[in-house]
Amino acid sequence: MNTSITNKRNKIHAQKFALWAAMASIGMMFAAFLSAYIVKQASGNWLEFSMPTTFFVSTLLVILVSVALHFTGGYLKNSSVKNYKTGVIISLILAVLFIISQYTSWNTLVERGIDLKGNVSGSFLYLITGIHVLHVLGGIVALMISAVYAFFFPFDNSAGKRQKFDLVVNYWHFVDGLWIVLFLFLMFYK
Amino acid sequence: MANITVHEDDVLIKDQGFDDHFHEHHHGDKYQTNFIFHYIFSMDHKIIARQFLITGMIWAIIGAAMSVIFRMQLGFPEESLTWIKPLLGKWIEVDPTTGIGKLVPEFYYALVTMHGTIIVFFVLTAGLSGTFSNLLIPLQLGARDMASPFLNMLSYWFFFLAGIIMFYSLFLSTGPFSGGWVAYPPLSALPQASSGSGTGMTLWLVSLTLFVVSVLLGGINYITTVLNLRTKGMTLWRMPLTIWAFFVTAILGLLSFPVLASGFFMLIFDRSLGTSFFLSEIFIEGQALDRVGGSPILFQHLFWFLGHPEVYIIILPAMGLVSEVLSVHARKPIFGYRAMVYSIMAIGFLSFIVWAHHMFMSGVNPFLSNFFVVFTLIIAVPSAVKVFNWITTLYGGNLRLNTPMLFAIGFVSMFISGGLTGIFLGNSAIDIQLHDTYFVVAHFHIVMGVAAFFGMFAGVYHWYPKMYGRFMNETLGKIHFWGTMISAYAIFWPMHYLGMAGVPRRYFSFESFDAFRHFTDMNKFITVFAIIAFAVQLVFVINFFYSIWYGKKMKSKNPWGATTLEWTTPIEPIHGNWPGNLPVVHRWPYDFSKDEREFVQQHVPLREGEVGDH
Repeated sequence: MNTSITNKRNKIHAQKFALWAAMASIGMMFAAFLSAYIVKQASGNWLEFSMPTTFFVSTLLVILVSVALHFTGGYLKNSSVKNYKTGVIISLILAVLFIISQYTSWNTLVERGIDLKGNVSGSFLYLITGIHVLHVLGGIVALMISAVYAFFFPFDNSAGKRQKFDLVVNYWHFVDGLWIVLFLFLMFYK
Repeated sequence: MANITVHEDDVLIKDQGFDDHFHEHHHGDKYQTNFIFHYIFSMDHKIIARQFLITGMIWAIIGAAMSVIFRMQLGFPEESLTWIKPLLGKWIEVDPTTGIGKLVPEFYYALVTMHGTIIVFFVLTAGLSGTFSNLLIPLQLGARDMASPFLNMLSYWFFFLAGIIMFYSLFLSTGPFSGGWVAYPPLSALPQASSGSGTGMTLWLVSLTLFVVSVLLGGINYITTVLNLRTKGMTLWRMPLTIWAFFVTAILGLLSFPVLASGFFMLIFDRSLGTSFFLSEIFIEGQALDRVGGSPILFQHLFWFLGHPEVYIIILPAMGLVSEVLSVHARKPIFGYRAMVYSIMAIGFLSFIVWAHHMFMSGVNPFLSNFFVVFTLIIAVPSAVKVFNWITTLYGGNLRLNTPMLFAIGFVSMFISGGLTGIFLGNSAIDIQLHDTYFVVAHFHIVMGVAAFFGMFAGVYHWYPKMYGRFMNETLGKIHFWGTMISAYAIFWPMHYLGMAGVPRRYFSFESFDAFRHFTDMNKFITVFAIIAFAVQLVFVINFFYSIWYGKKMKSKNPWGATTLEWTTPIEPIHGNWPGNLPVVHRWPYDFSKDEREFVQQHVPLREGEVGDH
């Protein structure tokens, strides 16, 4: 649906700026979670536990998604249709694998006795990673829409379409970077 | 009055305007042709603004009616309320022998909670900033519409859905949420805490989560539009103060509402998934709850990290509207334009580092409180700068005392009265005596309740011709103003005395307290004026809807002789706002009484030697 109003004198596209504003907003929500985490931890009754190894796999997967999408954006620009289609599909698969890896990590933790209802430190982990997964799911929906366009519509790399794909790529870089920040925080700030 | 005729105006924009090729595509026709897409699922910012305004008005009537009901309990506790039983049903308990109907105490708490939630979020956030940001940002900046009209439409519909869910919760058999609009745990976290803490609280949370989505979608759009879609020549320093205020408001909302959302998510986890973020050492009916390790104070931090910026989200748009109305109707440039902008920014920044002044008495480290006291008192500086500038703008002006102007002046009066008591409450030592008393109620009602409503009324009366092409009735408007002004002071002034004497807020009845017995007549006085205030608002509602169809027609494009761009658009609003080219801006928005010209509009080119910026 082409409903955006643009003003061609501007250097940054309005939609891209809007996405950045949305990222700032999502960032504030996670900042609030992390602050609550720090405050709660300082008041004691805090259980320490080590991270399941599958979280490292997840981290590798998000880095791969970002790399794959970076190249896919280039293929779209250079009209390299076949590579573009492959890139979209590979990114989508890696993204789904990330969700599976997160789910496996949660299962590992539950087996170790760290569950949602136990100590608040565990509750925070599920809360933070869970809400992050919700944001990744949003990205997956966007990627699926890109895949539908890539496979079922004639190839189109007009400025408008490139702009749309660029938004998807930017959002993914954001949730990927967010995961790395969250993971490092959870790992080192126990 | 106008020294530039309508005809010249059009020629100027046609000849010297900026052509963005907007009208070469026919994208407007798609959603403007039939009733549903024109009036209901509209993506036009002018329609969405009116949707926000009218929805906000409906909520304002509901919220105010609630306050009248609980004021009757406080003022006339021995009178029978049987006559409202048809409306409230089982929430009025009728004594079978005497026939006297009493408000059920649980429902009193529900009314107080809903009054706060509705007025703060649905009326003064959505109804105020939703209405005027939508209406004025594109019009005053010379934009065709918002950056994303689609997200803008979604913003309204999320608000609408939030409203439907909250409205539904009013009719639950267990009643709506009754633990106060701040929703502190454990009352909000444990479904068994009170009758409203079950389904009522669940719906409250769902409704407000949707509301947060609405605010964020709106805010993203406002910020993007302000930064990206200004017309040629409209530099940041040529933006009217309304736009500056909406812009900073949107930034505050964008950064603070997500924090509230995170608090809500944790509350939802505590309620439904068995976590203990906010729960610890709680006994219910003698039994210890097995949920330990959490902290209810944590929720207060998260809540007030939004809650304090929220009061500026409410008051900044009102300040912006008032600055514009005062300047136009005083026929004088606003005094200290840049100082006004810097104070808006300073207030916006400071609002993020004062939240704990709402928590002085909830066990926060007194040493830490000192920092919050200092920052809180510093807010008095930019606020005083603004007040000084408003008064100086009025000084020596050629005042037109019409309804919008009266409300704008009333705003300044209210803001001073309410702001001064803020200096008392901002001190953590004085707060030991005053916290949770009627002094607090009086303070925030005057400074952000009544004042924000006054700003909103000033805006509605002033921009009504832009919204509906007609004027509101002046006589009814003046009755509305004086009725509201007098009754607002009559309601809230005495409350300061109640508060200083220690009368606590949120109490259902004071009959069993000897210390407060002599305030019975004062409470009666307050209640009588609350009823008058409510009745006077109905005059406004009647005036508003009557004038849509029967008001005096707007004959010229710029009836107030204002300088800003919205008054260069056609009387009959069109999609894309300007029929041909966009106006190009040459000067700041407050060129009044300049070089023997009464006013010079922003799109009028500079004369030789004239300066466009101030």
